[in-house]
Amino acid sequence: MEGVFLGAALFSIFAVILICVFLFAGGLPAIGKIGVFSFLFGTEWSPTDEPASFGIFPMILGSLYVTAGAILIGVSIGVLTAVFMASFCPPRLHKILKPAIDILAGIPSVVYGFFGLVVLVPFVRVYLGGSGSGILTASVLLGIMILPTIIGVAESALRAVPSSYYEGALALGATHERSIFFVVLPAATSGVMAGVVLGIGRAIGETMAVILVAGNQARIPNGILNGARTLTSNIVLEMGYAADLHREALIGTGVVLFVFILIINLSFSYMKRVKR
Amino acid sequence: MTAKINIKNVNLFYTQFQALKKVNLDIEKNEITAFIGPSGCGKSTLLKSLNRMNDLIEGCRIEGEILLDGQNIYGKIDVNALRKRVGMVFQKPNPFPMSIYENVAYGPKTHGIRSKVKLDEIVETSLKNAAIWDELKDRLKKNALSLSGGQQQRLCVARALAVEPEVLLMDEPTSALDPISTAKIEDLVLELKKKYTIVIVTHNMQQATRISDKTAFFLLGEMIEFNETETLFSIPKDKRTEDYITGRFG
Ligand SMILES: Nc1ncnc2c1ncn2[C@@H]1O[C@H](COP(=O)(O)OP(=O)(O)OP(=O)(O)O)[C@@H](O)[C@H]1O
Ligand SMILES: [Mg+2]
Repeated sequence: MEGVFLGAALFSIFAVILICVFLFAGGLPAIGKIGVFSFLFGTEWSPTDEPASFGIFPMILGSLYVTAGAILIGVSIGVLTAVFMASFCPPRLHKILKPAIDILAGIPSVVYGFFGLVVLVPFVRVYLGGSGSGILTASVLLGIMILPTIIGVAESALRAVPSSYYEGALALGATHERSIFFVVLPAATSGVMAGVVLGIGRAIGETMAVILVAGNQARIPNGILNGARTLTSNIVLEMGYAADLHREALIGTGVVLFVFILIINLSFSYMKRVKR
Repeated sequence: MTAKINIKNVNLFYTQFQALKKVNLDIEKNEITAFIGPSGCGKSTLLKSLNRMNDLIEGCRIEGEILLDGQNIYGKIDVNALRKRVGMVFQKPNPFPMSIYENVAYGPKTHGIRSKVKLDEIVETSLKNAAIWDELKDRLKKNALSLSGGQQQRLCVARALAVEPEVLLMDEPTSALDPISTAKIEDLVLELKKKYTIVIVTHNMQQATRISDKTAFFLLGEMIEFNETETLFSIPKDKRTEDYITGRFG
């Protein structure tokens, strides 16, 4: 019987190993051929030109900008929401708010993308100018998408702070607000940061919603209203027709993405360990 | 002489359960008043009602009056200002998870002191008054949670003193500490009574006799007897007090 459990456990390890092998075997040779430096820092991506160039720097920047924007929006709103839910919200409102946020987490990303396309893009186009598709729009959309992750983790971190801290602050004559923001929230920092890191992971890996609203130009992005292409979008947009080195370069893009995610996960588990 | 705190006919309920029954008590300025009694008799409850920490407990209701310098603290008053005047040290040391310096500076900052020079000064005098300056002066930047239990408790005293309270409430401040740390806290309390009015809850009757001027004995929410500590322990008036202090009870 034990063997069944072991087998089940081995299955996921096997899957991880298989994915790694596939990614690195498929992607590394291309990166070698193109040259690590010209692949990572090349500013031109024109895979079908003669001669072709395979620089993914615009996509790296695209991913970073869009993710940074999403974090800016998601973290500020998310942490404030979590503080509200953990310390200010009347229980009856909490009963409505919590499921609403859980629903937000369950919406498929293509639906988010569709919402972005139909609501956010025209809004940005009319009120801020440009085509409407671009870094800002993608950031806002991703910011909303990562809210449930950040709120969920941050709220439980805040609730885990011993009430003796809060009482200690009150007993010094601090107001409820001051006790929360200057004692309870700082005490929850590592937990809140874990939520932020999870949010970053989700944002950087997101594809479907981003493709629909980011514009997807494979150029170095200039300005938040202009379009950008992320690493994930790059793969999805071109995989359908790519062949040979082009195809391998897309898998190489996957390798870079994988390394990013790996770094994020490692820092997440590091933070969880520091918390103890 | 009028008392610092008058507790008048106080009844306190946790929802249905009556935890304090018609308690009357006067707490004098610059004295140490001890609350003793078996577990669950309402000592902490009464202590917490002196700085309205009971407000946090849902379903807690209080009747009667508690006067601080003649003013009813359950009337129309600023609760935060009250808690600045009536400081509290908890049973379990609860320093904030930040530096020693920040712990002590938190209170004064809360009450509007911004100047670094002034804060440095307050931190130093508070730690000195809590008899822990010499031990900590070289590591003010270290996290307070890295201190020993006894040091943490004295830090909490320093933190409470930093807002310059008039009254200091202490709920079994030494119950989690070893004898040496306990002795240090007791010396400290005796020293502090020159400037502050102190109310201390203790399970340790030797402690009550060592440090307190007056002692109140509680049983099942009632205050049974209140007197000079010496008198209460040598010639108790009530049979129940006698049973308790001679260990035949609770
Ligand atoms: N939050 C609360 N809700 C309901 N009942 C409570 C609450 N806190 C205390 N009580 C009850 O009130 C009574 C008095 O409690 P209190 O904590 O004041 O006792 P105590 O004298 O401090 O005891 P100990 O010596 O064990 O600390 C107890 O019967 C207790 O069960
Ligand atoms: Mg108690």
